[in-house]
Amino acid sequence: MASKTKRLKFRRSQEGLLHAFPFLLPSLLGLLVFSALPLIISAFISLTDWNGLDQLLEPGMFEEHFVGLDNYRNIFASKEFWQVLKNTCYYIVLYIPLMLITSLAVAQLLAKKRRGVTVFRVIYYIPVLTSWVAASLIWKSVLSPEYGALNNLLALFGIEGPGWLLDETWAMPAIVLVSVWKDMGFFGLILLSGMVSINPSYYEAASLDGAGAWSKFFRITLPLMSPVIFYVLIVSLINAFQLFPQIMIMTDGGPNGATQVMVERIYKYGFRYYRMGYAAAFSWILFVIIMICTFIQMKCQKRWVNYDS
Amino acid sequence: MRRNKNLISLIACLMILIMALSACTASATSESTAPAPQETEGQADATEAPASEPSAEEPVTITYCNFNASGGNEETLQKMYEAFHEEYPNITVEIETIGFDDYFTQMQTRVAGGTAPDCYELNIENFAAYASRGVLAEITGVELSGIDETALNAFNVDGKQYGLPGNFSNVVLFYNKDLFDQAGIDYPTADWTQEDVQAAAEAIRALGEDIYGYYQPITYNEFYKVAAQYGGSLLNEDRTAFTINSPENLEAAQMMVDRVLVSNVQPTDVQMGGMGDWDLFMSGRLGMMPTGIWAFNTFAEGCDFEWDVVVEPGADQKATAFFSNACVINAESEHKEAAATWITWLTSSEAAAALRIEAGWDLPAVNDEEVLAPYLNITPPQNRQAVFDSLDYLILPPVIEDYSMMSDIIGQKLSAAASGSMTVQEALDEAQSECEAQIPLS
Repeated sequence: MASKTKRLKFRRSQEGLLHAFPFLLPSLLGLLVFSALPLIISAFISLTDWNGLDQLLEPGMFEEHFVGLDNYRNIFASKEFWQVLKNTCYYIVLYIPLMLITSLAVAQLLAKKRRGVTVFRVIYYIPVLTSWVAASLIWKSVLSPEYGALNNLLALFGIEGPGWLLDETWAMPAIVLVSVWKDMGFFGLILLSGMVSINPSYYEAASLDGAGAWSKFFRITLPLMSPVIFYVLIVSLINAFQLFPQIMIMTDGGPNGATQVMVERIYKYGFRYYRMGYAAAFSWILFVIIMICTFIQMKCQKRWVNYDS
Repeated sequence: MRRNKNLISLIACLMILIMALSACTASATSESTAPAPQETEGQADATEAPASEPSAEEPVTITYCNFNASGGNEETLQKMYEAFHEEYPNITVEIETIGFDDYFTQMQTRVAGGTAPDCYELNIENFAAYASRGVLAEITGVELSGIDETALNAFNVDGKQYGLPGNFSNVVLFYNKDLFDQAGIDYPTADWTQEDVQAAAEAIRALGEDIYGYYQPITYNEFYKVAAQYGGSLLNEDRTAFTINSPENLEAAQMMVDRVLVSNVQPTDVQMGGMGDWDLFMSGRLGMMPTGIWAFNTFAEGCDFEWDVVVEPGADQKATAFFSNACVINAESEHKEAAATWITWLTSSEAAAALRIEAGWDLPAVNDEEVLAPYLNITPPQNRQAVFDSLDYLILPPVIEDYSMMSDIIGQKLSAAASGSMTVQEALDEAQSECEAQIPLS
């Protein structure tokens, strides 16, 4: 019985698909050619020692350069990979909580219906629209140790700021700081949309029961926003693993490798050191890591994400 | 069942798409790799025929890509081409100038895709990578006697000439005469050693809290040169092993780092505060710096004090750095002969050299002193002759396949030593072991 209705449903949806297909074709084609195809090709490349210069489509190319799983083995055997993974995780551990707290704060501030709140919504969104290149260059000068704005500001309070991007200990926290600044507007806006869609009668009821602002936030806002927070966590984790432009421009992996991260290595191996096969293997490893992390998040969501608002 | 069918048709669609795509590209490559038979014959003849004789046969069109003309010298390059075209009316060159930032990614894609230009320009790091991977054609059958020998040797791999030095720059010691006068010391001479530099730098550093004596960036490029001054090198003679942490190299690197951390005649990164080294010199707060002769125009405009140049100081011996970009020919090109004619003309003809000097672009790598004479008449600096005197001490960067990786590793460790986060010995030891682990030699 159940399977029959299911099949019926399926057939109906399939008819819809048939009609939709011509309309979907252009974007589907783009997806196939520019995403699916490179994905497949890169899997093959990761099994070769292709240098990125030899012509890929020449006959015998694959057989000649085939090295099996050597690239993967070499990556896991290298000290560098584990160091780079550690750096990436260090970034994530600092970035995600900080980003979540600040964007929740932004959302909370912007959710209030005050005069001029739209202006602030725009202001918080401006960094999101700024290109990473421009933002990184500005921040590089802000973080400059002796003449930079940040250290001069700290000096007003009698704090001697560190060398930031020039200092092995502080380079990654500085990158985190800039990334949070750039992303909090975007995630804040998404969280805001979750926040304003909460039925106000919950708050009214809570007020009648004598709940304060904090308990309203923790008992009503947060639980009812959990699907949105879940979405933000998934997206930001994937983004964080793919951290790249700010690193390239602000530190280029330095000082002494303190900000070398996965994608930075992939880029350097592929386009600077001409080891495209190694780079392809590296990016597949990154892909699998991201997939595992997302899978774990998906599994864990049952424990805390609440869909009955 | 139904679902399976769907999946199969989807996969079928995908396969067709892939086949269609690969078919397109495959046919395109096979066309380019298998030129028409007559052309192949012509090519074989051409390699034997002297190139000074312009082949009067059919007109050919070749493509030439470069980055060096971008940002100001596109017109000079165009003028050069017009002069060339008058001499060789049967060769048309389509010039494409691409900015440095995008250039190498583009070139890599084009070479791998089989759509590389007939001839193009490469910097030394990428030249090494390209030459060792067999995508460049050996340059034969052209007259190369007009080209500076050291520069030419830089692009000779295992006895085969894969590139011609398109332009050519070296490094000299720039100094601020006013600061030397203030400190009451003599100007540097060509005989100076690093010890003389140190003494002068200390005298100038004493002039003020934010006045520095010397600036030599602690980078890969400066390091291999100073190492050579102390008799060291990065590789052993037959290039089968790294010798990065040799005693000579250690002495050189220690000297460079001590200038920053011990005597502080050279500012630390923090003291520089993100300021560029040229800006520091132009602000009048720096006594001496070795830097490239491409700074001449900028300093002539930007300095409101007297400055001059001199051959770089040495240690046990002299060694000066040399930078050059190579003009290379695509191994897949159908018009290698025409391409060789063009790049040879571009790099060694009097007409091209004269245009290059007139535009103040950079030095042509020619050995005809008469052609170079006008270069000496431009001032400042007064002592432009130092540019040519330095040529006697040129050392070449070690061209190996993994040049970029080697220079990145060494550069990273040196900057860690310069910031004081590890000792010089540790830095060189780590650079040595990382290079050994990552880079296969020979």
